[in-house]
Amino acid sequence: MKEQFRETFKEEAYELLTELESSLLELEETPDDMDIIGRVFRAMHTIKGSGAMFGFDDIASFTHEVETVFDMVRNGLITVSPELIRHTLAARDRIKALLDAADGGEADPSEGERIVAALRRLLPTKTEEASQPAAVARPSGPETSIAKKVTYRIRFKPATGIFLNGTNPLALLNELRGLGDCRVVAQICDLPPLAEMESELCYVYWDIILTTSGGVDAIRDVFIFVEDDCELRIEIIDDGGRLDNEADYKKLGDILVERGDLSPEEMKRVLSEQKRFGELLVEKGVVGADKIQSALMEQQHVREIRQDRQSQDTVASIRVPADKLDILVNLVGEMVTVQARLSQIAAINMEADLLSVAEEVERLTSELRDNALGIRMLPIGTTFSKFKRLVHDLSRELGKEIEMTTDGAETELDKNILEKLNDPLVHLIRNCIDHGIEMPEARMAAGKPGKGTVHLAAVHSGDSVLISITDNGAGLDREAIRAKGVEKGLISAGAELSDREIFAQIFAPGFSTAKKVTSVSGRGVGMDVVKRAIDALRGTIDLSSQVGKGTTVTIKIPLTLAIIESLLVKIGDDCFVMPLSLVNECVELTREDVEKSHGRNIANVRGGLVPYIPLRERFKIAGEPPPIEQIVITRINNKQVGFVVDHVIGEHQTVIKSLGRAYRNTRGLSGATILGNGSVALILDIPQLVDAAEKDELYQC
Amino acid sequence: MGKMIMTADDSASVRQMVGFTLKGAGYEVVEAIDGKDALMKLGKQKVDMLITDLNMPNLDGIGLIKGARSLPACKFIPIVMLTTESQDSKKQEGKTAGATGWIVKPFKPEQLLAVVKKVLG
Repeated sequence: MKEQFRETFKEEAYELLTELESSLLELEETPDDMDIIGRVFRAMHTIKGSGAMFGFDDIASFTHEVETVFDMVRNGLITVSPELIRHTLAARDRIKALLDAADGGEADPSEGERIVAALRRLLPTKTEEASQPAAVARPSGPETSIAKKVTYRIRFKPATGIFLNGTNPLALLNELRGLGDCRVVAQICDLPPLAEMESELCYVYWDIILTTSGGVDAIRDVFIFVEDDCELRIEIIDDGGRLDNEADYKKLGDILVERGDLSPEEMKRVLSEQKRFGELLVEKGVVGADKIQSALMEQQHVREIRQDRQSQDTVASIRVPADKLDILVNLVGEMVTVQARLSQIAAINMEADLLSVAEEVERLTSELRDNALGIRMLPIGTTFSKFKRLVHDLSRELGKEIEMTTDGAETELDKNILEKLNDPLVHLIRNCIDHGIEMPEARMAAGKPGKGTVHLAAVHSGDSVLISITDNGAGLDREAIRAKGVEKGLISAGAELSDREIFAQIFAPGFSTAKKVTSVSGRGVGMDVVKRAIDALRGTIDLSSQVGKGTTVTIKIPLTLAIIESLLVKIGDDCFVMPLSLVNECVELTREDVEKSHGRNIANVRGGLVPYIPLRERFKIAGEPPPIEQIVITRINNKQVGFVVDHVIGEHQTVIKSLGRAYRNTRGLSGATILGNGSVALILDIPQLVDAAEKDELYQC
Repeated sequence: MGKMIMTADDSASVRQMVGFTLKGAGYEVVEAIDGKDALMKLGKQKVDMLITDLNMPNLDGIGLIKGARSLPACKFIPIVMLTTESQDSKKQEGKTAGATGWIVKPFKPEQLLAVVKKVLG
């Protein structure tokens, strides 16, 4: 097809050259005729432009020189002289020779140079440099793309008259969408009332967040026709670089300040009211709702792409949505249940073939379970690195010098648990920084280095993970806590309590010894919230402290929430499940033992006294207990508490099912599971049961 | 039915190339040999877009753009100018007259189509 265009061009060019020749001869007669000058210029211009398009580059670049001269004639910069006509005629012959040469003839290159030199001599001196071959083909094809995906914040505010030059802004936005992952929020704050609105004007502008590997030039290209008459701001908000396990993004206020939609002073003023920041800003009319929406969109977009990237960074293989994993784990849970039934049926039937298949299935299911749960595991380091920033920011805010060290960042925990652990850990670290570590001067005075440390450590321990937060600050004030405990009625004034028992008061609701609330360690939200969060994860929290040396908070968390090893027990006809991680041992409880304790529910275990909770009584299960009952002794917060049951059936792999909505708040039960025979067993919430029993005791006193 | 695009150019080879490229991409094309011819045809026929050369006899590109914009049917259509000018002044003059965008000659068929797609949406 290109050949056909070339032929058409040549025909056209020969015609134009003939016309050019006669025009030049006419011009010699009437040198001031602007019409003829225009004709000459247009002929040159068309030969140049079309020549370049159809591959006649030598003709195009040569003609450009002649055209430049005639452009100046047209603009009155040089006058028509016989010399000019002579050289231009020679140029015309030269172009014809070049056209002929395209058919296989030859053209002498030196002649072209001679003509160009002669024409240039006619130009005013300063423009000589400006004339340069323009018809050289521009580089074409896609530019080398940068593989890295960069996120841009774009504000495109077209001139109100943009429609009048035929621009459709929506087409531009669609073009942007074609470049990558793109979100657009229209800003309508400039819309006038309907009566004042002119239908031909554009009052809307757009905030766009775009993630693309195309580079900023590709974005500018989209707006190439409008950039002169629009406000276009393109800023990089995420450079696509490696994230140090930090997938979070700026806060709403920071985004608005950065965009210039809000001043830092206004932000501080509104922030001091502690409501949802965006709502406050809109309520107070400081920033429009559409601006908030736009900033929130940016926040969400960058968080999403960072999370995506983080999962790519941390796991160098494939990415799977977390909910797919949850489905897999659920299915494995069902499988474990079915396998238990199979094993039970095989055990009853005692058929050799069935038994061997059941054993094989058991082995495979157990492997499958471990693998499926393993997929959801994430190193705790992902959470740790977030805290480095927290420590850095807070210590600066409070004027303290604090260094954070970590240990065991590679320790893995179930993703769901890790997420839920974040807030309690933040709270604990804030406490460490605010209350634990002293000001540098106070530290020096106490003979300690001015710089305090907060040490975060994680380590595996059986089917749990121990996470400890240690600071080398002032330590807990035992007497202040004791006094407060007495004042709140949590402990009696004369009670002899160990340090541990006194420190445990901190976790009671509403307990706080801080004399003032600071912005750092929250607004009266106490450690009880932390404890509740840890309880919800079936974990335990423990605290030890030495005055002047520091405090250590240790959290023990189960590895996973989906399937646990547990102890199956029976009371009457009902089965119950207790998490094995909390169980220390099982001992018998005879009628004699019960009588000896005179109704105080305390057993003598190898010389030590262990309080117990008779579950039959607690759950009001009808019927008589067997002559010999069992006490399952558990350990919580370093305290031993027994639970009296009829029988201990044995270890059980428990697939945790949550209770229905109606039972969700039932205290003492954390869920249910389905047993091999299809019946349901309730899972006991040991810490809650202990808590409730302790309260009952208090009330009885 | 494809969108109707007018190409106004005094160079037959350019008109041919533009027409061929656009028809190949599913557009309908009406040709005009200069600004006057184009303006006359615009008065009779509705088009969705205009591609015009700047240097044309009788009525040049700038004149055509101004004339077209004064026609109610062409008030908001995209108008793209073909220019060999490397200087911004000509582009600016065209924009002031009401052009939507420009294509710098020489261009390849795919560059032409990219611009058409860009302004037609």
